[in-house]
Amino acid sequence: MSGSFDILIIGIGGQGTILASNILGEACLIEGRHVKGAETHGMAQRGGSVESHIRIDGQFGPLIPPGQADLLISFDLLEAIRYSHYLKKGGKMVVNKHLVLPTSVYTQNLVAPTENEIIAALKKYALCLPDADKMAEDAGSPLSQNVVMLGAASKSMPLKPESLLLAVKNLVPKKTVEINVKAFETGREFGGTC
Amino acid sequence: MGRKYLLGNEAIAHACVESGVDFVSGYPGTPSSEVIDVLRVQPDRSYYVEWSVNEKVALENALAAAWCGIRSLCTMKHVGLNVAADPLMTSAYTGVTGGLVIMSADDPFAHSSQNEQDTRCYAHFARIPCLDPASIQEAHDMIPEAFRLSEELGLPVLFRPTTRICHSKGDVDLGEPVVRIRKGEFHKDPRQYVVIPAHTRVLHKKLNDKQAAMKKRLVERGFNCYTIRGKIAIISGGIGATYVQELLPEGVSFMKIGAYPIDEAWLGDFVKKHEKVLVIEELAPEAEEAVRQAAGCIPVFGKKNGYAPYEGELSPQVVAVIMEKAGFLPKNPFPQVDPIQNLPPRPPILCAGCLHRSAFYAIKKVFRDAIYPSDIGCYTLGLQLGVVDTTICMGASITVASGISHAGDPHDIVCTIGDSTFLHTGIQGLINAVYNGANITVVILDNRITAMTGHQPNPNTGVTACGVESPPVSLDALCRSCGVSFVESVDPYDITGMVNILQEAKKRKGVKVIIAKQMCVISARRVGVKRGRYRVNTDICTSCGTCIRFGCPAIEIEDEKARINELCSGCAVCTELCPVGAIVREGKK
Repeated sequence: MSGSFDILIIGIGGQGTILASNILGEACLIEGRHVKGAETHGMAQRGGSVESHIRIDGQFGPLIPPGQADLLISFDLLEAIRYSHYLKKGGKMVVNKHLVLPTSVYTQNLVAPTENEIIAALKKYALCLPDADKMAEDAGSPLSQNVVMLGAASKSMPLKPESLLLAVKNLVPKKTVEINVKAFETGREFGGTC
Repeated sequence: MGRKYLLGNEAIAHACVESGVDFVSGYPGTPSSEVIDVLRVQPDRSYYVEWSVNEKVALENALAAAWCGIRSLCTMKHVGLNVAADPLMTSAYTGVTGGLVIMSADDPFAHSSQNEQDTRCYAHFARIPCLDPASIQEAHDMIPEAFRLSEELGLPVLFRPTTRICHSKGDVDLGEPVVRIRKGEFHKDPRQYVVIPAHTRVLHKKLNDKQAAMKKRLVERGFNCYTIRGKIAIISGGIGATYVQELLPEGVSFMKIGAYPIDEAWLGDFVKKHEKVLVIEELAPEAEEAVRQAAGCIPVFGKKNGYAPYEGELSPQVVAVIMEKAGFLPKNPFPQVDPIQNLPPRPPILCAGCLHRSAFYAIKKVFRDAIYPSDIGCYTLGLQLGVVDTTICMGASITVASGISHAGDPHDIVCTIGDSTFLHTGIQGLINAVYNGANITVVILDNRITAMTGHQPNPNTGVTACGVESPPVSLDALCRSCGVSFVESVDPYDITGMVNILQEAKKRKGVKVIIAKQMCVISARRVGVKRGRYRVNTDICTSCGTCIRFGCPAIEIEDEKARINELCSGCAVCTELCPVGAIVREGKK
């Protein structure tokens, strides 16, 4: 089989999943490792569900088969449930404790699970549940929640924290390096408690 | 140059620079757009680059440049090649002197497209080579080869990456960029470039005579290759080949097809060394048909006998199912897992503050029972608002509207089309509708940008692909010159104003054009437009649901009352919709 460590990052178009996947890719390059990935571009980015596949040490295709992901990072509670079947047995889930209901819930009167229902359903996985929005705000910018999430998931990845931190510094806008370093470290600290 | 983690399209763009490309043209279309988006922002550019108004225009420009002896790249999505098919077919006859690489990106599963057509069929039809990369690295490495091959054969070369190449990422070994400024020179040769019947008959024969050498060359260049490992074999190409390689058991031979047409004799030699063969490829059975011809009585498994699907995209688990079913894999390592059902879907949606939503709202208010032909762009999402009844291809809103009008349907017909799509292939439909006396209302949704594909400028924007100022097209003058007498411009954020103009249009016969003009909210945010935010005064809100039905993602329900979230861009349209005036600007009582 592929022998790769497979990470699925899930979010809503506009939440910064692509930057998060770029940081992981950059960290792999820093460590001189192969990496493959696939992501959502185009129309689906307009507020829809988006997914980024990252296969550390990947040699073959970019797609992670359902049931095979080693780690699932979700920027939203509902999206974590939607993609939970991607996680393999014994895989780990890092989920932002934040729920954005799709507009369809309001316009079409659809029933959506509540925050508590989702958390209860996710409990059957090895779960880490940071409040990334709050931590990002504390770090200095709500936009850094994607980096908080990477920090929180960093202990569950076969990548050195130094490589990840260097990748963060290389890729975020220059003016926000300090905020994002803090966001990563806050996330990582929380991840240590999971 | 070293190794980088890049998007497939970024790697392709880099390879073009490494190949010393001189001329680049194209029309945006997912998943192809980022190639030009990368090339157009390079600081030390030594090549010409343009966004053309459509793919036919782009290809004719690139072809002419290749006739001048320089290297040209033309990019588009698969359906764009339909628009460019006319010059494509005859460019195979005229040939080229400089290399011409036509990138036509396919979209299996139609992630962002209206169909799942296969560019390889066009190469077959035009009798030109088609390169089909299996990975980002291969896509990168194929580009310089494609230019060389084009020059060697004197033919345009189709390059066909798919979504999972264009929008995948990987670590890519890059070469050095080539910086050189070359001027093209056109050498007159009417027998080559004027395809009157007497010339074209000769050119057609020349094209046919090139075929045998072309097939041999593709094998020699190593695009098509195999390893013999046993008595049964899998033949695959494109991204499917990497999925097969991930699963390939011991003792199964493997052939990778990276270029078409396939040399039949070479293919036959391989197939005949095996007892059975499985062909795995996305979309059309292009390789499979060649394999079946070469196989004789050797059993072939593939699409034609139901082992592999004709539609959709491949994935590791789809490939595993095919391999197991055909007896090429003892056990599927990816057991079926089902997603959780009945979750509320999260499809893409028009942005908070999008001009299209307001325009659609006004249209629906005035033309309640109308027929709404529409077109291709972000506004196709108006489907969710019930204001998109048809979409078929670029430019097909005004034409479908006039067709329905002439068919005799008694309903009002209001069609919508974006500015970029109007300039792409909409104008001809408008001229035709006026000429033939259709009774339709055309709403041009004018956000002055090609938004859906990533905000590329167009002739309506006022800047070129490289950011040089250019005189923006006057849509108003253009429509008037087509013979439309009722042409009105309106700001769709002004719902009352737009409703009044639509009502005026409703009273009149003939072709009426309304230009709904407002900046795309994403562009507005990028240039720093700040309008402030709005909030709901919950003491006044009656929970009537009017604002919720507007469908803006910034409006939610909290404790049965409306609430405006942080997505609000300040368009203020909802303040006009609320019947009790409960929505107010933040900071005001």
